[in-house]
Amino acid sequence: MASVKKAKSDASSAISNTSKIPEAAELKQLYRNMLLIRRFEEKAGQLYGMGLIGGFCHLYIGQEAIVTGIQSVQEPQDTVITTYRDHGHMLACGMDAKGVMAELTGREGGYSRGKGGSMHMFSSEAKFYGGHGIVGASASLGTGLAFAHQYQGDKGVAVVYSGDGASNQGQFFECMNMAALWKLPVLYIIENNQYGMGTSTKRHAAGEFYQRGASFGIPGEKVDGSDVLTVQNVARQALDYVRSGNGPYVLEMSTYRFRGHSMSDPGKYRSKEELEKAKAERDPIEKLKALMMKELGMSEEDFNPFEKEIKAIVNESAEFAQQSPEPHPDELWTDILKPVEA
Amino acid sequence: MATQILMPALSPTMTEGKLSKWTKNEGDKVKPGEVIAEIETDKATMEVEAVDAGVIGKILVPAGTEGVQVNTPIAVLLEDGEQAADIPNALFACGRPGLSADAPKEAAPVQTTATASAGSAGAHITNRDILYAQGKVIEPPVFDENSYTQNTVTMTVREALRAGMSEEMRKDESVYLMGEEVAQYQGAYKISQGMLDEFGPKRVIDTPITEHGFAGLAVGSAFRGLKPIVEFMTMNFAMQAIDHIINSAAKTLYMAGGQLGCPIVFRGPNGAAARVGAQHSQCYASWYGHIPGLKVVAPWSAADAKGLMKAAIKDPNPVVFLENEIMYGQSFECPSNDDFVVPIGRARVEREGTDVTLVAFSIMVGKAMQAAEKLAEAGISAEVINLRSIRPLDTWTILESVKKTNRIVSVEEGWLYAGIGAEIAALVNEHAFDYLDAPVARVGAKDVPLPYANNLEKLALPQVDDIVNKARELVNK
Repeated sequence: MASVKKAKSDASSAISNTSKIPEAAELKQLYRNMLLIRRFEEKAGQLYGMGLIGGFCHLYIGQEAIVTGIQSVQEPQDTVITTYRDHGHMLACGMDAKGVMAELTGREGGYSRGKGGSMHMFSSEAKFYGGHGIVGASASLGTGLAFAHQYQGDKGVAVVYSGDGASNQGQFFECMNMAALWKLPVLYIIENNQYGMGTSTKRHAAGEFYQRGASFGIPGEKVDGSDVLTVQNVARQALDYVRSGNGPYVLEMSTYRFRGHSMSDPGKYRSKEELEKAKAERDPIEKLKALMMKELGMSEEDFNPFEKEIKAIVNESAEFAQQSPEPHPDELWTDILKPVEA
Repeated sequence: MATQILMPALSPTMTEGKLSKWTKNEGDKVKPGEVIAEIETDKATMEVEAVDAGVIGKILVPAGTEGVQVNTPIAVLLEDGEQAADIPNALFACGRPGLSADAPKEAAPVQTTATASAGSAGAHITNRDILYAQGKVIEPPVFDENSYTQNTVTMTVREALRAGMSEEMRKDESVYLMGEEVAQYQGAYKISQGMLDEFGPKRVIDTPITEHGFAGLAVGSAFRGLKPIVEFMTMNFAMQAIDHIINSAAKTLYMAGGQLGCPIVFRGPNGAAARVGAQHSQCYASWYGHIPGLKVVAPWSAADAKGLMKAAIKDPNPVVFLENEIMYGQSFECPSNDDFVVPIGRARVEREGTDVTLVAFSIMVGKAMQAAEKLAEAGISAEVINLRSIRPLDTWTILESVKKTNRIVSVEEGWLYAGIGAEIAALVNEHAFDYLDAPVARVGAKDVPLPYANNLEKLALPQVDDIVNKARELVNK
């Protein structure tokens, strides 16, 4: 298992590096959930290529272990918020693949009835608060979710995702300051996929992401985000720390995005060799598969049922997303404001 | 040589204060920096320090005196060796207006707004917000305002804002107040004075000076059902936070297909105060008025302030609440009934008239009222409309007035370019063109960053005579 580096901040780490390999059923669940995101995103890329999905479309392929691992150790009252690379987060939160795909195609059956698109989906039922298109906004809004958890005393934690690019935003630091000051129950996840759009972290960020909260006394860890079991282990302990009233925690998830920033990315900023190497060494699904083959003695064929189940879900979502009608023209005028109660 | 100690101004808008206490007596020696007295305004208590060394020769204004004008001599300071008997009589002059008392003379006796009718009876309309979005002219919401104006109390706009917030916070545990200096300092402009004591630190929260962060934080908490009131020390600082006000608060309901609301109030002083320079003096009415998904209000009187504050807090949508620093200390009659809530989207006809309509909001309503007085002296009958809401705009009341007077002057403190007056001109063009006897006229700030110099600032901001002159041009009198 990948090692966990300790943040060099004064704040002491809450994370221990000892963990047992989970039961077979749990491993299978993690594998299945990551595979759902992978195949869903591949299908979304396909539909985009066919002109069925418009605008921006940011795929999560390569990063699946992060949201899958963290979501697997959350409590039901916890809330989640992220930026625009959000399809994986929604599926991990338990949102219906049909509704997500239909939103991508801009149809009535989408989570926002076709009015949000890829970057703007929400489900208060699944406690998923978006889907935000402005880089860095999720950090502030998510700290507000944590504020509400504390205010309402519901023992919930806000799991707040940002990318390496977003974590350079001033508001990220403004909110870490307030979160530490007020001991808000917030777990900041920095998904470091090595590129803020086309600018590598070497060119856009000084210092280490996991130390970004150090000056506020917020402990941080750097985690191998391609290893779902490491993610799960670290997230469990970080969530315990936060839930116990100790204030925020930062986890930098080192990862790699296998596709472009968005569908329209020419990819000139990184070499083919670099990409191929990452795909060979850091594919979270392949890594878990290898572990399951070793630990559970599974064969290639034993993974076929997963493919079959997921293929059915994804195909059904694609079908639904194309058959669901476009929103009625009257929808143009709804949801601008909520009516004032008499 | 003996010198006068003058009543100091504590803030750009302070015009008078209470000399609450002398900490030195006649005959006491004082050194520079030593505290000699305490003064109070409705905003703050502050110590007066001696500037020069000497002996307090004569106290001219006794402790406990209220309403001492800025720059009034309050004591005479003797140099060492001088006797009180040596003081020239001229220096004893008390209550003399200050030589440079250039703070705005807005502060007025109690103003009454109960003279005119409340305009349209209003209408109950379903899907009102959709009709507004479609640009339809509809009657404003029903509001029997006159039934509330029977029982009133005199209060300042500041007290009215506080009362509005406090009444709603007592009723609804999910309402909280957040901002810079709102708690322990008691509010930079003392709007939240006493609220920390009443509601405690959980609900009245001092923030760091990080507008972008705390505005976003408040919006996030509103997604979870809390009802934040976010105070910006001035709306100028809200530019740091405008991304969250617009992108996060105003647009999310629509982008979420109606799933996720954002009940939040963003409030603070807007527009010019008194000689605080270009960065602290901007009017944002047209900025926020531009955005679907926001409601924008701008009260003038104490009744507006309280009634709109309660409406804003109760509203399930984001509301931008534009106050005015100079208005904070002004007194009005305000309905005492706790149920007095001014519906957002409803203007008020403050003064009825037949020759020309003056439409204004916030501090400019007072200027328009003064202009109407002057016009009356010239035989011109002006109708004054207090917009109260910028978005949605009470287009009905504006158009009904134009149909009657056939002339309209829009008055705003902000720049005219792409301003509220431009919107009103378009409205009247589209819906009442045939009623016009003269082109729609606009009065507003000169198209320059607001200068600091006293004379230039006056030139840049709309004055009563600008309104009078514009109205006279329209009626050719």
